[in-house]
Amino acid sequence: MTVETAVTGASGGPVLPAGQLERFLYEMAFIRRFEEKAGEMYTRGKIRGFLHLYTGQEACAVGAIHALEERDRVIAHYRDHGHAIAKGVDPKRVMAELYGRVDGTSGGRGGSMHIYDTSKGMMGGYAIVTAHLPVAVGLGLASAMKGENFITLCIFGDGSVGEGEFHEALNLAVLWKVPVIFFCENNLYGMGVSFAESLSTEIPKLAAAYNMPAVSIDGMDVLEVHLETKKAVEHCRAGKGPYFIEAMTYRYRGHSMSDPELYRLKDEIEEYRRRDAITSLRLYMEERGLIDQGRWRELEERVERDVEECIAFAEASPQPSIGTLFDHVTKESNGG
Amino acid sequence: MAEMRMRDALREALREELRRDPTVFLMGEDIGAYGGSYSVTKGLLEEFGPERVRDTPIAESGIIGAGIGAALGGLRPMVELMTINFSLLALDQIVNTAAKLHYMTNGQMHVPMVIRMASGGGSQLAATHSHSLEGLYAHFPGLKVVCPSNPADAKGLLKRAFRDDNTVVFIEHTANYGFKGEVPDDPDFLVEFGQANVLREGSDVTIVGYSGSVHQAMRAAAMLEEQDEISAEVVDLRTLRPLDMDTVVRSVKKTNRAVIVEDAWKFGGFGGELSAQIMERAFDWLDAPVARVCSKDVPMPYNRDLEFAALPSEEDIVEAVLAMF
Repeated sequence: MTVETAVTGASGGPVLPAGQLERFLYEMAFIRRFEEKAGEMYTRGKIRGFLHLYTGQEACAVGAIHALEERDRVIAHYRDHGHAIAKGVDPKRVMAELYGRVDGTSGGRGGSMHIYDTSKGMMGGYAIVTAHLPVAVGLGLASAMKGENFITLCIFGDGSVGEGEFHEALNLAVLWKVPVIFFCENNLYGMGVSFAESLSTEIPKLAAAYNMPAVSIDGMDVLEVHLETKKAVEHCRAGKGPYFIEAMTYRYRGHSMSDPELYRLKDEIEEYRRRDAITSLRLYMEERGLIDQGRWRELEERVERDVEECIAFAEASPQPSIGTLFDHVTKESNGG
Repeated sequence: MAEMRMRDALREALREELRRDPTVFLMGEDIGAYGGSYSVTKGLLEEFGPERVRDTPIAESGIIGAGIGAALGGLRPMVELMTINFSLLALDQIVNTAAKLHYMTNGQMHVPMVIRMASGGGSQLAATHSHSLEGLYAHFPGLKVVCPSNPADAKGLLKRAFRDDNTVVFIEHTANYGFKGEVPDDPDFLVEFGQANVLREGSDVTIVGYSGSVHQAMRAAAMLEEQDEISAEVVDLRTLRPLDMDTVVRSVKKTNRAVIVEDAWKFGGFGGELSAQIMERAFDWLDAPVARVCSKDVPMPYNRDLEFAALPSEEDIVEAVLAMF
């Protein structure tokens, strides 16, 4: 099997320590299985509302988020389970949130599109396309004004670039020189409209027009994502202002669970599956003697066990009490 | 105590809050070098510098979103939107993000931000620049909505807004900026939210208003007393969320009649909410149906006479009161 990705497909010694590679492999496989299981539970009626699965795009979350330090923040779009998990949010609590249960990250008030855990620097989950880009600029402004120097990794889809707020946010970010990485997961479709039909130029050119350094990378290659995001982190940490990354990626499933996928061909999905990020990394590690079939099977079994644990946790978690309906509408100094 | 105009009282509040709390900062369109479209921030750039008195591009949604992010990052921003008309461009950020994060995060996040903007018609600015949208913002749970009518309240409420842990939509009627009044100079002077103010006591009818309409209500009350020997009580709501319905209901139970005055359109407006709550809580005390004096149901015309005809007037209030007797 040939691997077409740039870094993972190249020859030479491993670019990261074996332990880290294995961590990436496990985490991507875990997110894949977590999402498949969530999809299964959706069809069984355990999860309701909108559910947007991240399968296919795992290299983006895992590669990019692990280029950050723990104190850095992630703010993402609504296809957000993978980002939360990569940022260190307890996946059991993510699953419980999908179930709408009391042990969910928002106690069942947010659901799939709104995963927040401020203790881990996971700032959401935004379900209005592009709304979180200006918020990321504000987080960056606070970081700069308070001298805290934390970085905000702002992840959004290619569907964002047609919104006015995208342009407002990029302009403000450069004017104010904030430590924000704008990370565009270009999965080629804004729901069912192809990216080619909805933008008159190329995405990195938009960032470049605002004098922001911008690169386009292979988002199916976890190592390339990781190494390129590290460059962005260094840039931001050094106080040089924002940085833009377009990661070319692909989602294997429909936009949401209710997508009949009339807008794309099976061949296209198959083509991307051939460049699958998990398989690519496994082969990369095998070729360098860093993993064998036995160890891979062990990892797969661990993934299965850990995802089952998430389901068991969510199933066991109580429904929120109706008595809490009015909690947290506003924050009052008397504890409201 | 010192006599000052409302715009100066607002500036004093901003100055005191910037001095008191290093996490407070201001940003908005033309608030720095220009001094604010209504001169509220004049001189603050010189005292506090461009980091804390930050001029922004004309990008309402962007700067409100950035204010939300700054608040999440531990600062206490005030964002000035020039006028409420332009706030419609930022409506999504205000409604979907600022108002909801505390609830959707189950209390993990909150957005302590003050959004200041000018409101109201009467200056021949035509349909796009004459909105009164206080009631629109009051519609959304999670927000606080403040609309002062006089300099002392403006200062006390604005200082209180900076101490709130939620997003406070602070709406200033353009006709009130030049209004003069006595203002306490105590830096700890605050006006609590959710406390309506009985500006004038009376026994025959309650006139309820907020922001600019309060002054028309006061003039109408004076006319009623002089011409018709009717004693009108005037209640200034001061904040629409939280809403002090207790004071309104107490007054209506005393006078048995209620007239609601607001610059906004009657159809689907905040006055309808007030009327419904009066009906729910004081139905048996009412001697007449609750009346509403509001703007006519048209986009605001430019022509002076047409605009005057579209806006509520003290004569309209007097007429509505007389119809109850």
